[in-house]
Amino acid sequence: MNNLLEIRNLRITTLRGKSKVLLLDKVDLDIPHKCSFGIVGESGCGKSITANAIMNMLPYPLSISDGDIRYDSRNGEVELLKLDKKAIRAIRGQEISMIFQEPMTSLDPIFTVEMQMYEALAFHHPAMTRQEMRDRALEMLHRVNIPRPEQTLASYPHQLSGGQLQRIMIAIALINDPRLLLADEPTTALDVTIQAQILRLMNDLKEQNDTSIVMITHDLGVIAETCEEVAVFYAGQIVEQANVMELFHHTAHPYTLGLLQAVTSLGGESRMLYTIPGIVPPGGQWSQGCRFADRCARCTERCREAMPALTEISPGHKCRCFLNSEEVEA
Amino acid sequence: MKREKKPVINRALPGNESLLRQLWNDPMGRAGMIGVGLVILLAVFAPWIARFEVGKMNSKARFAAPNATFWFGTDNFGRDIFSRIVYGARVSIIVGVVAVSIAAGFGYLFGLIAGFFEGKAESVIMMVMDIIFAFPHILLALFIVAVLGKSIVNTMIAIGIVNIPVFTRTVRASVKTVKSTDYIANARSIGLKKMAILFRHVTPNILAPFTVQATLALSGAILTEASMSFLGLGIQPPDPSWGSMLSDARKYMEQAPWMAIFPAVFIIVTILSFNILGDALRDVLDPKLKL
Repeated sequence: MNNLLEIRNLRITTLRGKSKVLLLDKVDLDIPHKCSFGIVGESGCGKSITANAIMNMLPYPLSISDGDIRYDSRNGEVELLKLDKKAIRAIRGQEISMIFQEPMTSLDPIFTVEMQMYEALAFHHPAMTRQEMRDRALEMLHRVNIPRPEQTLASYPHQLSGGQLQRIMIAIALINDPRLLLADEPTTALDVTIQAQILRLMNDLKEQNDTSIVMITHDLGVIAETCEEVAVFYAGQIVEQANVMELFHHTAHPYTLGLLQAVTSLGGESRMLYTIPGIVPPGGQWSQGCRFADRCARCTERCREAMPALTEISPGHKCRCFLNSEEVEA
Repeated sequence: MKREKKPVINRALPGNESLLRQLWNDPMGRAGMIGVGLVILLAVFAPWIARFEVGKMNSKARFAAPNATFWFGTDNFGRDIFSRIVYGARVSIIVGVVAVSIAAGFGYLFGLIAGFFEGKAESVIMMVMDIIFAFPHILLALFIVAVLGKSIVNTMIAIGIVNIPVFTRTVRASVKTVKSTDYIANARSIGLKKMAILFRHVTPNILAPFTVQATLALSGAILTEASMSFLGLGIQPPDPSWGSMLSDARKYMEQAPWMAIFPAVFIIVTILSFNILGDALRDVLDPKLKL
């Protein structure tokens, strides 16, 4: 297996009443080793559920209806979706871990930081003594640049700031040396100066360890700063995927273009903030043609009738749009 | 560095000591604690506090008005009302505690299953709970006692069953709130087992509403017992119960009003104390309700 993680033909459905509604439609993704991979898109595009599917912890009533996810673990290749409960728990936290959007609520408010760091360790290393766990916890807090680690260990979450809590979350996520870190909007809830620090920290840690990061975000600025490879999600599909430089300089899909134009910038002459008209069509209301057609300035008759396929338009650059390729989705 | 926004339902219980101190500092909480404390003292030390044997009749002293010997007077058999009230406190507290334990235990279990596992189990459990909930408390309790037979144990079971739905609902609602929090997702993402999550993260975080519910249910259980005994299907003679004392007093209201007044006062004070304590506890545990 060449990649760390390979997602093939992943479909996720939810139940609406008694009927099944598709939320994620035939997604293929390859995450290489030691790579930071960005997933970008508006709310409701299927970014977070993809991450949850990798961990096999989709909340009820969501379920995976098709596809497979192969993962190159330390003990050889595994199919994540076919693992039993015990095996997937051994993967979680140890091989793949996750950090969430809201650091303020991601730690249990009634336990100290210490207890929650030990919990992550103790489950995967039952033989570890308390002193060893303490040493490891302090080491991790050092690595995420927490000032006064001893004092922080004894603190409750409400005594710490958002930036500190997100550092602690990262420390907990990396405490067992996972090979893949899923970061679900890790900086959205933080203020801008802290954001930059956290992103730099994640980059440094990625370099130090042999870890790949999947960065899920709606902020192209975050992608530009941290990622090597980017996939743009729209309405449950990948619409464009490329190397980050290629994506920013040779943007192919009108949706990606729209996202780029909507980024606010300092300096330059002031103009109206660009917005893409309309909203992401929710699952179950997707047309048979291109799902972006209704919001696209360059939409043609053809776009409404047939779904463009995700095709390679230049080496390593895939796009799903008739402007670039005539190929129709099978 | 302190955060201004407090977590919603799950503020830490920072040790029992400071919780008790917080209650004591609240005037209502203090009143409730004193009232409840007194009733519990009566119940625990009944044999030392009571001045006469409970069932001891004295034909020469029937209908004695309250005096130095019989502090609360005597009843139609010449039994000392004070002693019967003291032992009645014991019955009330025992019935209340056992019934609430039954209700809380099953309610916690059902609520946890319904809230955490959802799906079919939840529909079935909540349907049964709704059916139980649809009956008036006393009517259902009386029905259960009528089926099981009249005894103190069956009274406790009946009151317990009747109170299961409210616990199930409280627990289920809190579990659902806690379950959707990020820290539960985080606990899953580090590989914890469901059971570990349930007992280490969910249970401690639903303790606050659960404790409040238990305190309020105690007053309800005591009142239900008194009502059932009043109707003759609760505690059976010769065991003393405030409810049955009140029932006996009905016939002699004009002749010996103290027979009715004292049990009634004790019922009112006990229920009131538990309710006040429950409210104060809720205020202490849930800062959002403080206005």
